[in-house]
Amino acid sequence: MNIGLPHFLTVSAALFALGLFAVMSRRNAVGILMGVELMLNASNINFVAFSRYVEHGIDGQIMSAFVIVLAAAEAAVALAIVLAMYRNFGTVHADTVQSLKQ
Amino acid sequence: MIGDLIFVGLALLTVVPAVWVAFSPNIVHAGFSLLFTLLGAAGLYAYLGADFIAVTQVMVYVGGVLVLVLFTVMMTRVPRTGRRRHGLDHYVPAAIFAIAVFGLLYKAVTSVQWPARDFTPQPTTAEIGTNFMTNYIFPFEYVSLVLLAAMIGAAILIREHRGNGEKGAAEGVAAGDVTQEAEDATATPTPDEEVA
Repeated sequence: MNIGLPHFLTVSAALFALGLFAVMSRRNAVGILMGVELMLNASNINFVAFSRYVEHGIDGQIMSAFVIVLAAAEAAVALAIVLAMYRNFGTVHADTVQSLKQ
Repeated sequence: MIGDLIFVGLALLTVVPAVWVAFSPNIVHAGFSLLFTLLGAAGLYAYLGADFIAVTQVMVYVGGVLVLVLFTVMMTRVPRTGRRRHGLDHYVPAAIFAIAVFGLLYKAVTSVQWPARDFTPQPTTAEIGTNFMTNYIFPFEYVSLVLLAAMIGAAILIREHRGNGEKGAAEGVAAGDVTQEAEDATATPTPDEEVA
């Protein structure tokens, strides 16, 4: 067996599907965020794998660095929203909160 | 041969805990499984010769985002009783959709003849830094602005409203669905109620 691009793409497809399932099936807002992180990591693996196996310099790695930074910003804002939601509504379940402000 | 085994190990380290992240009924277990998934992804980056991205992954994701996620999980404990998830009406469509997406992606991956170029790993940090300062100078500055805006936004979102804290907390509990979560919120005083 020779490890090539398809193996990495398969791993990242599995990671993306699992993240999608977590986003769609979890009630806890933090669990939904974890699913989003899984999907972002899947895309990152794709970026780095393409930059390794398809000859176009280092652009893929730079793009994945940007994705990591944006994921950190997204996590900070999302977790602040979850904490505000917990303080105002007493729950972190995404389906019981139905208004933007109380 | 050794390289193949290392890849298989890293792929399993990435995917198997991800299954637990998606399916675990306990959100704390899911958070700690996410740790192994992120470390496995960092290992895959290192396997692909992207040393800078691998180190950044460990520092930002494992050291920053994951700690933030676990803090939030532990600051917002919900009671273990009651429904942990959506009912079957959400579970089945999610499973069907996820399997369909994976099938589509797998079909796309296997139906294309991908190029495979020879490659000797080289340090990438200097090249990435040069690119940040030359070709990618505008996205680099822009993303730093986004990070600053996100930080300010998070601080504003999490700020306590001392003026109408009492009214807000009482209404929030009353307006929420009559569930055990709402009862739990009244049992444990929130910071707003302490101010009142």
